[in-house]
Order: sequence, then structure tokens, then C-alpha cells
Amino acid sequence: MTASDSAVTDQSGPGNHSTNGVGAPREVITQNRVVIRFAGDSGDGMQLTGDRFTAEAAAFGNDLATLPNYPAEIRAPAGTLPGVSSFQLHFADYDILTPGDRPDVLVAMNPAALKANITDLPHGGVLIANSDEFTKRNLTKVGYDADPLEDGSLAAYQVHSVAMATLARGALEETGLSKKDATRSKNMFALGLLCWMYHRPTEGTERYLREKFARRPDLAEANILAFRAGWNYGETTEAFAVRYEVAAAKLKTGTYRQITGNMALSYGIVAAGQKSGLPVFLGSYPITPASDILHELSKHKQFGITTFQAEDEISGIGSAIGASFGGALGVTTTSGPGICLKAEAAGLAVALELPLLIIDVQRGGPSTGLPTRTEQSDLLQAMFGRNGESPIPIVAPRSPGDCFNAALEATRIAVTYRTPVMLLSDGSLANGSEPWKVPDVDTLPTLEPGFATAPNAPDGSGEFWPYLRDDDTLARPWAIPGTAGLEHRIGGLEKADGKGSISYEPDNHDRMVRLRQAKIDGISVPDIEVDDPDGDAELLVLGWGSTYGPIGAGCRRVRGMGLSIAQAHLRNLNPLPANLGDVLERYRTVLLPEMNLGQLSLLLRGRYLVDIKSYTNVTGMPFKAEEMQDLFVDTLKGDVL
Amino acid sequence: MTATDLGLPTLGGLDGVPTTEDKQTAKDFTSDQEVRWCPGCGDYAVLAAVRGFLPELGLRRENVVFVSGIGCSSRFPYYLNTYGMHSSHGRAPTVATGLAVTRPDLSVFVVTGDGDALSIGGNHLIHLVRRNVNLTVLLFNNRIYGLTKGQYSPTSEIGKVTKSTPMGSLDQPFNPLSLVLGAEASFVARALDSDRKQLTEVLRAAVAHRGTSFVEIFQDCPIFNDGAFDVIRKGGDDAKQRLVPLRHGEPIRFGLENEHGVVRSEDGFGLRFAPVAEVGENALVVHDATRSDPSLAFALSRMSDQDLTHTVTGIFRTVDRPTYDDGARAQVDEAKATRTADLARLLRGNDTWTVEE
Repeated sequence: MTASDSAVTDQSGPGNHSTNGVGAPREVITQNRVVIRFAGDSGDGMQLTGDRFTAEAAAFGNDLATLPNYPAEIRAPAGTLPGVSSFQLHFADYDILTPGDRPDVLVAMNPAALKANITDLPHGGVLIANSDEFTKRNLTKVGYDADPLEDGSLAAYQVHSVAMATLARGALEETGLSKKDATRSKNMFALGLLCWMYHRPTEGTERYLREKFARRPDLAEANILAFRAGWNYGETTEAFAVRYEVAAAKLKTGTYRQITGNMALSYGIVAAGQKSGLPVFLGSYPITPASDILHELSKHKQFGITTFQAEDEISGIGSAIGASFGGALGVTTTSGPGICLKAEAAGLAVALELPLLIIDVQRGGPSTGLPTRTEQSDLLQAMFGRNGESPIPIVAPRSPGDCFNAALEATRIAVTYRTPVMLLSDGSLANGSEPWKVPDVDTLPTLEPGFATAPNAPDGSGEFWPYLRDDDTLARPWAIPGTAGLEHRIGGLEKADGKGSISYEPDNHDRMVRLRQAKIDGISVPDIEVDDPDGDAELLVLGWGSTYGPIGAGCRRVRGMGLSIAQAHLRNLNPLPANLGDVLERYRTVLLPEMNLGQLSLLLRGRYLVDIKSYTNVTGMPFKAEEMQDLFVDTLKGDVL
Repeated sequence: MTATDLGLPTLGGLDGVPTTEDKQTAKDFTSDQEVRWCPGCGDYAVLAAVRGFLPELGLRRENVVFVSGIGCSSRFPYYLNTYGMHSSHGRAPTVATGLAVTRPDLSVFVVTGDGDALSIGGNHLIHLVRRNVNLTVLLFNNRIYGLTKGQYSPTSEIGKVTKSTPMGSLDQPFNPLSLVLGAEASFVARALDSDRKQLTEVLRAAVAHRGTSFVEIFQDCPIFNDGAFDVIRKGGDDAKQRLVPLRHGEPIRFGLENEHGVVRSEDGFGLRFAPVAEVGENALVVHDATRSDPSLAFALSRMSDQDLTHTVTGIFRTVDRPTYDDGARAQVDEAKATRTADLARLLRGNDTWTVEE
């Protein structure tokens, strides 16, 4: 499919008239893609509402991408701008790459949500507002002098003012539920209305609500009633003249599910344990946005997974190192501030040369920064953030589903080369979701830990030399306690090449520094692939990590304009693919957009002496497709940079 | 939240660790590394005691692991022919936790010092003992930073003049035993580097205990804090007046002729020393290390003076309570027994759809 992410409403024809249901016949408009944003107070359940709509879109077979956006505070004061939480969903009948730049439909549950989001809604867009919350008090709270639903200031939009709480309460009158509880179900009313508008199936949500509230059947029924009331409101009132259809996407054949980055990463770790035969030990301290990996893995102990909620970040990695020393797959998960605290222990793991996964779900920094937002600003920390020459391989996934593969790739490197590996995810990957083609378990690569079993001294002494390296990989033996005859001591002090005993000898240190570097430099990583469909592009856009989606969407749009542009995306950031230097040389201009101040550009310029053009934007939000399109067009014109 | 009954340990500290019938000697546990402590260092005595003690356990040598942090004492693992890790400063409890949780077939020791365990690693220590991970901590307390050449430590007396405190240190020292008792330690003991017999007795009980066994060892640093413990280390009459040995089930007495004892203080909240002749034998506190309430052990931990006028030694407390590592493994075992580890099913989840040609 050659459709682009460009048009705001890619409508194709007026469609037929719906005659099913009890309501008046409606015009049905078929669309290729729609972006819906649910926005409300932190306590309004917008993330849940968005998740449910996403699940229905996924089950229907649309391609989709999502962008949750919520404050770090659990419950900021109700009705205020800082308390606004939103969830954006982009779904389509073709393969899309981003959660969408701007919504086509904005659901605003209160004046704060309207104020915080209305500027993103293009003129002509649909606004559905919960009028119950547009009271004088709430309006004043966010600086509205008059009710925007009434004063004509929203005339540029298609405004639907719906008393959602009142209607939901009305539907629940018979249940005897308290007014407060009944009012809380207004998000399900909104969900029901949107499901009606977009022809979404309803069974999944009803089943979900029954499971979620299994212990409170009264609440389950109340939410289902509110959900149905929303659907019926659309169907029976004449307020909505149009319904929309977005057909299933023509994705590659296979079985799909919806998955977030943190979920895919967790499953990747489970799979890595299963495919290597190693028990998994996760040492972790809670931190946004990485905690969900700890939560998820703690549910899957039947796979031989031990999860340890440590007293701090240092203990998280220290315990994982201990587990790796004992022959488990040690894993630690965190975000940027946690990586700072783990740095010393990561250096110890470099010196010990033991397998270890260090997962950094990057967020905005410095310091506590923007806990719930996204950034790519830990690359140099991952690369160099330890004392001494302390090389660590780095792997970065490009999409939520790709987090699964990245975890397997990181494990391959860690186990094969006996080294800590840094996996750089980020907030947008972690919480964003997309359809994921469920992999065939039998085709996933297996890993052989290859524990040492016998003394190895080349002098025939029968001794065990813990730092005698494999000729090919330069990896040292992994000899685990309990193996007779291989008793040995390792630590952070410099070790004699081969024998591994403490050595302060100058030449030995120089040799060991170079050997550790050579081992990482020699890791086999796949070549980078270039997407250059015309074959004559002069501009290469290079990226890494979560910018893959917006860069790809930008490239599609530019190609849709008849221009040539090439795209390449790095998964292995240390070591870099062997062919990268040649690829960079091949293009007249190399453009590298990053959500930091140019960290990868700095590395590549130093490494390859190529005059890479760096584009940076550090808003805590993912790049937008339109932003990329403009950037690429401007660069092609030679206007900027 | 619901609480789960984890049950009391029915195992000893070494259950699950493979043993050998082969006769072992101290030499079997001696590595080929040259010992590099200063001449006269108390660490030599502790090393000799540990090398001498390990053979009596009859464990397979490859199933013994010593983990240390940073400091003079933390070189300990290099000198034992077992598995060992010299980790980073203060972090040995974290490494040992990951190892002990995943490997119940290992006998795990943590070797640490007063700076390593109580200053930079203080957080890890209290959480280790609260979790009660099955391992033994040997804290070598010389009340000084030796490896960094003589700064005061968290167990140095107030007013300690060192390179970093030329006008005297200002901070109140930790009482290590009170600290770990406050952190819910299940096994707490103290010994002197110079008293090999008592040290060995304490070690024997420590490894037999299932849970975190915390052993403080007073250890002399002849270079930077020489003679800090001489009044109790050198033996003789003076030492006998100062050292208060604890023996489970026996009245607590000390002195040249055992003429002093420990009795309850009048206000009812603590203990005090008293001449036996004055208070009578029946008034003496009988030591019970197995009391589940830690108040007696804590009160005893407060009876030692920083200036060593009195120093209580022996086993203060040894009680059974659930261990973190046994509990963590039990959860994994239960999950394995009750749920299927079906990777394909996990990856598919509950909501899938199929795209066909």
C-alpha cells in the first residue's frame, strides 16, 4: 500500500447508508486512517479508555500506534491543566508508523482537557466534550472567562456537547450505585460513543470489564451499562449524522496481537531465558517508565524467572551480577537516573566479563527530569558513563514490538561475549503499542551458555585460567560455582591476562584494556540496511531507536511528493555495523534526527569523519511525521542546516 | 494486599550444599595467592581461623563462595581456594543476595569491614539482614579506614584525630550490633580476632543458622589504629575485667573470679552490671539467644562501651524466621508446579487476530 501518513482526513468516498440498529439511518464515511485523542483529568480513566479502544481496533485488524501522555503526579489537583492525562491512538487500514501528529477527533472530558489539547485539533476536526464538567468553577480554574462550548469560539470545529456524566448516571439509576461511582463510569460512556461512531465491536470491552471487576460484579455491570449507554446515545439521538469505517489493514499474513514496548521487552527476556536454558534473575528498583517490566516478569515465575525488588538501583544490578556469577541470566531494568547509580557496578561487570542485561527505558533528563516523557539522551551515558576504558555493547529497539527482538539480540551478545549489554528503550516505546506479529517460538534462535567444565591452562598444569580467551570471540570462560576444579577468584582489580590473578603490571594493563575493547569491537552485528527505493537518493536519513516511526513516515511523505530519499536505522550502536562507514560515504548528505542534542551525531562524526547534519528536538514528545517531512524537504532544498 | 504464611525454616544453614567424604585440611582451602596484608594485621588471624574451620564443615570446596567489597578485609577471597568475588565498595551484600537466591547449593560468605559495610554499604547491610538471606557476614571492625590510609570510620570514637579529621571527628559511631538488631537480624554475634577458639565457635553457629548470620570481629589495624583493642585482645587480668562472654542458657557473669554479672536495671528498660555478691546469683540474667523478642539481645548490645570498659562477646541472638531466598525459590517452584511454562501461549496472549492471504 502506498498511502501516506500525510492527509489529516484521507477520506475515500461518501460510502453507504447504515440501516442496522434502531436509530435513524446514518451516512457512513470510509476513512483510511483516524487519530483519536482521549483527554481528561488524571482520575478520569483516560489511559484505560484509550487502551480499550486500542484493543478493539487491534481485534478488528487495523494497524495502529498509540501515544499515552500523562503527568508524573498520580493525581494532580482535579480539573487543572497539570492534571490533564491523554491517550492518542492512530489506527488505519494500512501499515502506519506513528501515533499521529494531530487528532482528527478530540474527546475532552473537562475544560482543562479542552484547553490543553484544542490547539492540536485541526480546523474542521471533531470535538466531543463532556458538558457536565463545563461549570463556572471548572472554567475559571483554567482561565476561561466564558464557556467555549457556548460562546462560539469553537466554531471552526465540529463540536458535540454531550452531558456524559448525567447520561451515564441516568443509565445507572436502577443499579442503586452511589452518585460518585455512577459518575466515574462516564469514561465508559465516552468509549461506547466512540465505538458506535467507528463501528467497533463491543464484546471485547464487555468481557474485559467483567474480568477486571470480577470481585465487584456490581461495578462491572455498571461500567457495561454506561458503555452501552454511550453506544446507544450515538445510535438513537440525531446528534451524530455520520459514522465512520476504517477497514482492516492489509498486514503481512500471520497471527497478530497488540503489544506495548515494555510488554514486548519482558517477553523477550522470558524467551531469552527459555532459548538459552538459563534461569532468569531480575534485580530491579521501581522507576518510571521501566517498572512495568518488573511487574510483568514477576507474573511469569513458571518460566524459571526470579524477580527481586531491590532496596536501590545499585542492589538491583549488584544482585543481577551475583546471579550471573552463579550461572543465571542476570537482568536489571531502570531508567536514566538509575543508570547513573548503576554505573559503578556496570563497570564491575565489564571487569568481571560476565553476561548481564542492563535495560534503560530512557526518559527526559537531566536529574529527575520528565519521568513520563521520552528522550534519547542516555546514549553517551550508556557508551561512556563509567570510569576507565569500559566498553559496553548497546542495542536499541525501533518500535514497541521490536523490543522483543532487541532483548533476544542483547542476550545473544551478553552470553556469547560474556559482557554486560545496555539495551536503550525509551518512554514512547515502553508505553506505546502496536500490532505485533506473534513470532513462531520454534524459529527463535537458541543460545548455548557453554559453561566451562574443565581446567584450561595452556601450560598443562591442570589449572583453571579464568581470563584465558576464546580465539574467535575473545570471550573468557564462564565457570560457575559448583564446578569442581575451576575454583577461582575474580574482582574489579586489574587481572593478569589469562591467569586472572591480580596484576598491577603496566604492560599487562595496557594489554587488558585493549583486549576488553577488542572483544566489544569484534562483536558480530548485522549490516545496516538502507531503504532507498529509487536508488538515486542523495539524502540519507539515519536514525536510531524510537525515531524509526516518524522518520519512516516523513520519508513516505517526501517520496509521495516525487522526491528521492534514503532511510537507514541503527539497532546496534556499539559496535556499529561494519558497513556503516561505506553507507555514510555513499550519500551526499546524511541527516540524523535525534531526541537529544546530537549524541549519535557526535559519535559518528568522530568515528567516520563524515559531516553529518544533526537535527535535534528535545520536547519530551516523539517527533511528528509532519516535522520530519518539513525537515527532509527543507534539507533537500538545501534551505537549512 | 494479602499476607502469605511463609513458614519457619526447617533447614539448617548448610542444608542443600553438597558435602564430601574426602578429608580436608586448611591447606585445601589455601589459594596460591601471596597474602598481602601488613605484618601484624588482625586479618591474618581471622584468615587462619577460617581456613582452619572450613574443613570441619565437610563441604565440597567448589560449593563455597566468598564475596567481598572493597577494603583491606575484602582481599580475603583471594586467599581462599574456593570460588570468590571481590566486588565493589559496599556492594558485596547485593552480589551475595543474587547468588544465594539463585543457588541454594552454595555456602555463601560476605567478608566486609566497618567502612565497607556500615558507611558506603550501610543500606545494603540493613536490607540484607531484614530479608534474612541465607549467608554469613563477617564484618571485620578495626574502627579505621586502612586501605585509604587512615581516615576515621563509622565505628571510630568521637574526637578521633585522623588525616581527614585533624581537629577530631565529630560523628557518633554506629554500634554495629544494635544496628543490625534494629534491622531485624536473626543471628548476631561478636568475636575477637585474637580469640581463635571463640571465633571458631561463633563461625560454627553462624553457618549452621539458616538466614543472615551477622558476625562482628574486632580486628586490629597495626598501621592506622594500632592497639585499638589491646585492652581486650591481649588477655590477662585486665581483659577478663572487661570481656563479658555470652553463653546461651547460662547466667551472664565475668571478671577475674566471675564476680560480676548482668542484672536488670531498676527502671525496667535495660540491663546493668553489678557485683554478684551484692545482687545475689538469682538476680543474674540468664542468657537466652533464642528469644523471638530482640529486646534482650538489643539491651546486651548496648552494654559494650566504645572505650571497651566492657565488651560483650559471643552469640547475642539466634532465632528462626523465614529467609528471603527460600521464599523466593518456593514461589518459583509453586509457579512451576501450578502453571504451564508455555512460551508460545504467553506470546500469543488472549486477544489475537489473523491476517490471511
